[in-house]
Amino acid sequence: MIDWSHTALTIAVILGSCLTLAGMMIWLERRLLGVWQERYGPNRLGPGGCLQSLADMIKIFTKEDWIPPFADKAVFVITPAIVVITALMSFAVVPVAPDFVVADLNVGVLFFLAMSSLAAYSVIIGGWASNNKFAFLGSLRAIAQLLSYEVFMGISLMGAVLLAGSFNLSDIVEAQRHQWFVIPQFFGFLCFFMAGLAEAHRTPFDMPEAEAELVAGYHSEYSGMKFGMFFVGEYLSILLLSAMTVILFFGGWHGPWLPPAVWFALKMFGFIVLIILIRATWPRFRFDQLLTFGWKIVMPLALINLLLTGGIVLWKAT
Amino acid sequence: MRLSLVAPVARDWTMEVLFYIAAAVTFLATLRVITHLHPVHALLYLVVALIALALIFYLLGAQFAAALEIIIYGGAIMVLFIFVVMLLGPLAVEREKAWLTPTAWVGPSILALVLLGEVGYLIATGDHTSMAVAEPRQKGISIALYGPYIIGVELASMLLLPGLIGAYHLGRRLSREGR
Repeated sequence: MIDWSHTALTIAVILGSCLTLAGMMIWLERRLLGVWQERYGPNRLGPGGCLQSLADMIKIFTKEDWIPPFADKAVFVITPAIVVITALMSFAVVPVAPDFVVADLNVGVLFFLAMSSLAAYSVIIGGWASNNKFAFLGSLRAIAQLLSYEVFMGISLMGAVLLAGSFNLSDIVEAQRHQWFVIPQFFGFLCFFMAGLAEAHRTPFDMPEAEAELVAGYHSEYSGMKFGMFFVGEYLSILLLSAMTVILFFGGWHGPWLPPAVWFALKMFGFIVLIILIRATWPRFRFDQLLTFGWKIVMPLALINLLLTGGIVLWKAT
Repeated sequence: MRLSLVAPVARDWTMEVLFYIAAAVTFLATLRVITHLHPVHALLYLVVALIALALIFYLLGAQFAAALEIIIYGGAIMVLFIFVVMLLGPLAVEREKAWLTPTAWVGPSILALVLLGEVGYLIATGDHTSMAVAEPRQKGISIALYGPYIIGVELASMLLLPGLIGAYHLGRRLSREGR
């Protein structure tokens, strides 16, 4: 019999903390970017400016929610929901601590990949439904980028799956009790992290929304809370990327002294800061460089990594 | 104890209700794929149909097949379809209207009726397997693929390789002309 109250509580805690953290990350990113660029960033509202996201939210809710008359209305309205839903659905399989997971699926890794491949639709369809050439160009770029990076995102994390011998995320974390997978799977981690950055379209892979060339890319026509959903969705996918990196390669909740959930949160925080640091320091690639880099460098690297890992696992087993 | 929200611990009738809902969604979405004049909307319905189909696989215990259904069909292949169709532009609706004449329905309808007859026969004779099929886990699938069906896997990969080389060839010639 399922303990419904426990499940409901887990869902509430994970959903609540994801959305709060996504909001707080907007403030954190702006502050950290400020620090690294020798300026202040938002520092007025609340201690250190930490209530800035709340103010932004009030502002964004009271803005005019405009649907362009030339847009494909139904699809245009649905799209922002797809971003947030797919990102939040992925958190259902994220094990924060032992027994602290909404759905401990046997195919957890594949569920995560499935959700991230569905998330591509939001970008593609959003740009198309806007019926605006810049948005359309942004979504065309997004298709090429997401399709190519999705391929080796899957391949790169198969090394960790091979070592753990399971698609279940809790089992993968449990298999890292004595050694984090980042040591035997360093190249797998590199490929996964780069693919994750591209999937979340973050700098240096944020060509679909390159503001210098494409206004705001696929979400140029979105305003009000619809734009807010895209914005929150992007931060949710950063959160998800750091959570998955921690689970697959950095031992999940394992760590001395502190309780498991705290370790998990600390490691995640480290990756969030790293992702923001990457944005603060690196320029954007050119689009052909992005695809060349993906197919000619990361893809062979991920394949060789998988081949070697498979060989070693097989050699050890016999 | 591991908690799970959707694993098959729920009572049987809930699973059956979920199955019929998913089946109805698949049916309606597929119907809209065929009848919708707008190609991109039709493809979006096809995506919905594929997701619903994945849910049906999941309910039948084939979690692995369900995940692959979404990753490969729902994710990769349909994105490519939409990519191509998006380039058709707004004229596509008019063209589709011209193609979708009543006479175009005759052939597919007859073929579908044959299938319906077969299903009706199976239901009438009571010769149907139960919903709870044996659980094909990913390990079982893998052992089958790399054991007795290894030649099939190799043939499929040989089939894919010419496709890959062909795509490379076409892309290369294009880029040389572009220079």
